[in-house]
Amino acid sequence: MFHAKRPEEAADQALVAHLSHQTSHRGGSISPKGAFPKDIDYSHKKKTELAIYIDEVSKSFGNHSVLSKVSLAVPRGSIHGIMGKSGAGKTTLIRIAGLLEKPDQGSIWYEGIEMPVHELHGRAMLEARRQVGFVFQSFNLFSSRSASGNIAFPLEAAGWPREKIRARVEELLEFVELSDKANRPAGRLSGGEKQRVAIARALANSPSMLLSDEATSALDPETTRAVLDLIRSLRDRLNLTVIMVTHQKEVIRRICDTVSVISGGSIVEQGSVAEVFSNPRSEAAKAFLKEEEEKGHSYV
Amino acid sequence: MSEILRLLIRPLGETILMIAASTLISTILGGGLGILLFTLSQDRFAGKYPGALLVKRIADRAINMFRSFPYVILMVLVLPLSRIIVGTSLGTIASIVPLSIAAIPFLARIVESSLSEVDSGVIDAAISCAASKTRILFAILIPEALPSLISGLTLTMISLLGYSAMAGVIGGGGLGDLAIRYGYQRFRADVMAVAVVAIVALVELIQWTGSMIIRRIKAAR
Repeated sequence: MFHAKRPEEAADQALVAHLSHQTSHRGGSISPKGAFPKDIDYSHKKKTELAIYIDEVSKSFGNHSVLSKVSLAVPRGSIHGIMGKSGAGKTTLIRIAGLLEKPDQGSIWYEGIEMPVHELHGRAMLEARRQVGFVFQSFNLFSSRSASGNIAFPLEAAGWPREKIRARVEELLEFVELSDKANRPAGRLSGGEKQRVAIARALANSPSMLLSDEATSALDPETTRAVLDLIRSLRDRLNLTVIMVTHQKEVIRRICDTVSVISGGSIVEQGSVAEVFSNPRSEAAKAFLKEEEEKGHSYV
Repeated sequence: MSEILRLLIRPLGETILMIAASTLISTILGGGLGILLFTLSQDRFAGKYPGALLVKRIADRAINMFRSFPYVILMVLVLPLSRIIVGTSLGTIASIVPLSIAAIPFLARIVESSLSEVDSGVIDAAISCAASKTRILFAILIPEALPSLISGLTLTMISLLGYSAMAGVIGGGGLGDLAIRYGYQRFRADVMAVAVVAIVALVELIQWTGSMIIRRIKAAR
C-alpha cells in the first residue's frame, strides 16, 4: 500500500515502477490497462474494484470552501456523471480527481492504489498523470500545432520514438474519425473536431480513465450528440472509465450509467441515472431537474 | 550627394552593429530573465518553492529600477562596466554594453507578459498531458506566445535604435551621432536629413520584417 508514512524514497520508487508498468504498453494499440503487481497488499479490497475512489476530499481557496468531505466511487468501465449548478464545486472535484489540483484533505485512489498527492512530484507525478486523460470545455488545443501535433504532445512528453509516435497518432486519429484532418492547424478545426482532437490527445497515453469537464458545453446539440456517442464507443472499445462533469441534464441521460448530484461543495445524491432522474430525493437534485426542464434543454 | 552617401556608410554600419549585438545579448539574457519572472509568478511552475516569491520581488524591483533610469544617465553609469567587459569605455563596441543593459529589463517584461497571456487552460491541458515543466515551457508556451514575443522583440529593436542615437556621447558613432555632429554642430541640414531618413528607413525595415514574420506564423495556424 502506498502510504505517505512509508520511507518516502522507497514509496516513490515503488509507485514509479508500478505506474510505469501500467502505462508501459507502448506497442501502438490501445489496450486495457496492465495487471496489478501482485506484491501489493490491498487491504481495502473494495477499492480495487473501483477505477477511482475519492475519499473525503476537502478543498478551499482562501477562506472560501469549495468542497467539504466529498467522497466518490466510480467502478471500472462505467460512465459516471457529476451534475450541479455552476459554482457547486464540480470542476474543482474533477480537477482534483485528475491531479490538476491538490486537495487540502482526503485521499485519491486510482485502481485501488492511493495516490500520495502531496508527495507526488517529478517523474512519479508524470506517471500518475498518464493514468488519466482530461478534456476541457474550451478544448484547450495548442494553437501552435496541427491536429496530429496536438495528439503527439503527450507521447513526446512520454519519450516515445518518432516513428512510434507517428503510428500511434494515426491510430488515434482513426479512433476519433479525423484522419483526413491530421495536418490541419488546431485553430482551423470546427468545435466538434477540436473536441475530438482533444479526446484523442487525452487518450494518447492509453489512460484507464477519461475525465471530462463540460466537454460538450461549447458545442451545438448535434455535435454534442456526436461527441457523446464517440465517448461511449471509446469506453466500450477501450474499457475506459469515464467521469463527465456537466450542467446539462441531457448529457447525463444520454451516456451516463450513474450520477452524483453536487451542491454547495457536497455530493447530495448518488445513484443510477434512472433512479435519480425519476425519483430525486435531495432538494438540490429536484431543483436542478426542474430548472433544466423549464429551460427546455431537450436537444440531446 | 556622393559625399553625403560616403559619410553615411560608416555610421549606418555602426548603428546596425550596435542594434544587432545588443538585440542578440538582450534576447538571451532578457529572455531568460523574462522566463524566470514568469515561472516565479506562476503557482504551477514555482509554487512549492518558498523562496520563489522573494526572488520574484527582488527581480521585479531591480527591473523597475533599471527601466526608470534615463538612458543617457545609464550610459554614463555603466562606463566602468564597459571597461571591464569589453576593455574600453569608448566607441561602438563599448556602447553595446549600455544598450544591452537598457534592453534586458525591457525585454524581460515583454517576455513575462507574453507568456502570461497564454490561456491558462492551455497550460492545464499541457499539464494533463503529463509533460514536465521544462517541456511545457519550451514545447508549448513559447510556441504559443511566439507572435507576441516577436512583436515585443520588434518593439525592443526600435527602442534600441532610438537609444543608439545617443551613443555619440561616448564616441559610439552611428546615425544619430552623424546627425548631431554634421547637422547640428556644422549646420549641414542635408546630412542631418539623410541621417534621419536612414533612421526612419531602419525603423520601417525592422517593423516590416517583424510584422511579416508574425503574419506568416499566424497564417500557418
